[in-house]
Amino acid sequence: MKTMSVDLQTLQRRDQIVAALRLLLPNDCVIDDPVALAPYEADALATYRQPPMIVALPNSTTQVASVLRYCYENNVKIVPRGAGTSLSGGAVGLADGVTLGLAKLNRILKIDLANRCVVAQTGVTNLSISNAVAGDGFYYAPDPSSQLACTIGGNVAENSGGVHCLKYGLTTNNILGIEMVLMTGEIVRLGGAFMEADGYDLLGAMVGSEGLLGVVTEVTVRILPKPAQARAMLIGFASIEAAGACVARVIAGGIIPAGMEMMDRACIHAAEAFVHAGYPLDVEALLIVELGGPEVEIAQGLAAVDAIANQTGATCCYTSTSEEERLRFWAGRKAAFPAVACISPDYYCMDGTIPRKRLPDVLQRIEDMSRQHGLQVANVFHAGDGNLHPLILFDANIPGELAKAEQFGDDILRLCVEVGGVLTGEHGVGIEKRDLMPVMFSQADLDQQMRLKCAFDEKHLLNPGKVFPQLKRCAELGRMHVHHGQTRFPDLPRF
Amino acid sequence: MSDFAPQNARDVADIVSALMEARETVEILGNGTRRGMGRPVVANHRLTTRHLSGITLYEPEELVLSVGTGTLLSEIEALLEANGQHLAFEPPHHGAHTIGGVVAAGLSGPRRVLAGAVRDQLLGFTAVNGFGDIFKGGSRVVKNVTGYDLPKLMAGSFGTLSVLCDVTLKVLPRPKARTTLVVRGLAAKEGAALLRRVLGMPLEISGAAFVPEFGGTSVTAMRLEGFAESVADRAQGLARATGAQIAGAEFASFWEMVRDVALLKDAPALWRICVPPVVGADFLGLLPDARGFMDWGGGLVWLGVEDRADCGAAVLRAALAKTGGHATLVRASEATRATLDVFQPQAESLAALTRRVKESFDPLRIFNPGRMYAGL
Repeated sequence: MKTMSVDLQTLQRRDQIVAALRLLLPNDCVIDDPVALAPYEADALATYRQPPMIVALPNSTTQVASVLRYCYENNVKIVPRGAGTSLSGGAVGLADGVTLGLAKLNRILKIDLANRCVVAQTGVTNLSISNAVAGDGFYYAPDPSSQLACTIGGNVAENSGGVHCLKYGLTTNNILGIEMVLMTGEIVRLGGAFMEADGYDLLGAMVGSEGLLGVVTEVTVRILPKPAQARAMLIGFASIEAAGACVARVIAGGIIPAGMEMMDRACIHAAEAFVHAGYPLDVEALLIVELGGPEVEIAQGLAAVDAIANQTGATCCYTSTSEEERLRFWAGRKAAFPAVACISPDYYCMDGTIPRKRLPDVLQRIEDMSRQHGLQVANVFHAGDGNLHPLILFDANIPGELAKAEQFGDDILRLCVEVGGVLTGEHGVGIEKRDLMPVMFSQADLDQQMRLKCAFDEKHLLNPGKVFPQLKRCAELGRMHVHHGQTRFPDLPRF
Repeated sequence: MSDFAPQNARDVADIVSALMEARETVEILGNGTRRGMGRPVVANHRLTTRHLSGITLYEPEELVLSVGTGTLLSEIEALLEANGQHLAFEPPHHGAHTIGGVVAAGLSGPRRVLAGAVRDQLLGFTAVNGFGDIFKGGSRVVKNVTGYDLPKLMAGSFGTLSVLCDVTLKVLPRPKARTTLVVRGLAAKEGAALLRRVLGMPLEISGAAFVPEFGGTSVTAMRLEGFAESVADRAQGLARATGAQIAGAEFASFWEMVRDVALLKDAPALWRICVPPVVGADFLGLLPDARGFMDWGGGLVWLGVEDRADCGAAVLRAALAKTGGHATLVRASEATRATLDVFQPQAESLAALTRRVKESFDPLRIFNPGRMYAGL
């Protein structure tokens, strides 16, 4: 477990801090009872656990601001938290910190069909935004698997994706504005019901910042008209290589499906046993390809994908004939994680992204690693955008297996970076991948990111211990290192 | 005054280190085609990125392109076209732009309503910051949440944060067919209402503009792109729903004209106004002597005005305070741009944050001083 050092002075002030917060918030919105704190110890990556010192549950932006101002003035650390569904330990508590739960900010403030946007408080769930506008023929595009529970504020913090982001983009491409509170308690608005925010794209920097820059209290999301139609294909292959080739050919052929997902044999069997989606069990790889849009376009796209599938050696190919069937095709994929949980006591989900064409090669090497580490792996990926989710199967009750699984996971992520990819495609760095950041970034890269952090939170009070392996002091980061007399400057070519 | 023309990122880092030591400033240029945008820069030196050119990676099947920032936009577009691809954000053309300039200015064309902006397609970059360090942000893959999304900050920062050396962009299949449908003679409010209505329909409209005067009447124009059969089918649906007609040959370069704001090329001063689409038509008529048109279904208003007094800034910004949105004076004489807030003035807490972000990249304010905000 990668732990933070605890500030004993803050712990000694605990009662004083609780009393102060109770002056700022309704009495029942400040939790300090150890039993009631337990649910806030982890997010959906349960390997990392730490109950917070205190939980504060504000009801409004003003209350968020007053809690942050107090904590800023009194040097108390803050961990922002939505629904706690994140998968990298980003919302794990701090023994000497206040977890700021935002679930009470759960109202949709405005449905603005004329400007094609919805204004929601940060704790509104992802799916309830789509539900609120479904009757008018609209939806909010990013659809992470946890969409029933995860909050829009959490989506902003993590830049959540989903199975449809290949065509419709990630959270960052679907957000128009936010209201946020800085660690000092200042309330700042970025963007709004219009297409571009002014000045620097601070909104872009906020999305995916994992709660380290500011606390989002309100989000304006872009809504899209629901596609006229959507149909999905299930395509089976005798090898992962063949499935990978099919994916590459589809994209190269100028087709951007709404979603394109792949599962390997282990995942197919687990998912089929779990939800009976009707998946073929005699294949090594299964693709789900969804096409959305006008009927004519879908018909043409389906024919094109079918042809490519045949050329790349598909062993079976079904197209959904009803909405019910389409949803059933997806049900197995969306339940892949819980399905795998049924076949293994524990699993550890990775999230690297690689250039698509490296897929067969990377999978072969993951298989080799699986043998080396003596742990099985089930693979599910967002094939269209090269985002892998290898699920490492292990049993935490066997001493040493968790450490082995973590080592295996680290090896997979290093491999992703080695082939030109990244450590995380949609789950975030959090605590989990924090210490791997130098694999992808140089010290100069990390220093610049940490300087940006300093521009938002110079005391490092917001979600410390996440994302950066070693958070340098802002004064140190701001120091100039002039290379006296070492420049080639005088010899540079001029116009 | 020196004119620097670095050949690679290492050269840029050396120049910046020397500037840090000398406590001197520098204006960053590509080919200088957009020097007239933003506040006039007063700097000790000039640096052009035009020799940081060349395509370092292009994998059509991976939909990704990496290029030096000095590479010409025209060269990139020709290469993509030869491979059946394009830059989906539809960058405007006002001269021999470098791709670095395209990214730094952050301007996107009519297709933004469907395909997103520059910032949405900039996957990664290498740059030199005001500490003289070469650093990178983002990556070459589309799906990446590792660390902060620094590429977003670079797009539209007008060279005030760092010197961009290379950029990695997402590229997309080029539509095989396109068609334009028009309704003539509508008033601005009716035209805007029509565009908002059709953008709410599942037709994947890739251009939605209202031009008050085009061939004798107003034109409300809608563009459809994609596979030929799909375009034809959607065009039928659009025509049924709105009574719009397929545009004739006189519309052949209509969208390029909208993209490049060619209709207002003679206007001495030009405003670019981003607003909630529902109020776009109000802004079109806000300044008495202005000529203009709407793009993005009313969400983007271009207004050409005389280069006089405040060019209408006070009136525009008073209205924006009520509606939300922002206005940028993208063209005016140097004297006007030196005295007016060219970019939308920001509320104090946001302005302070902007200042701190600038300083986190360039604490000595070496790069393009004053280009976006006075004193910054």
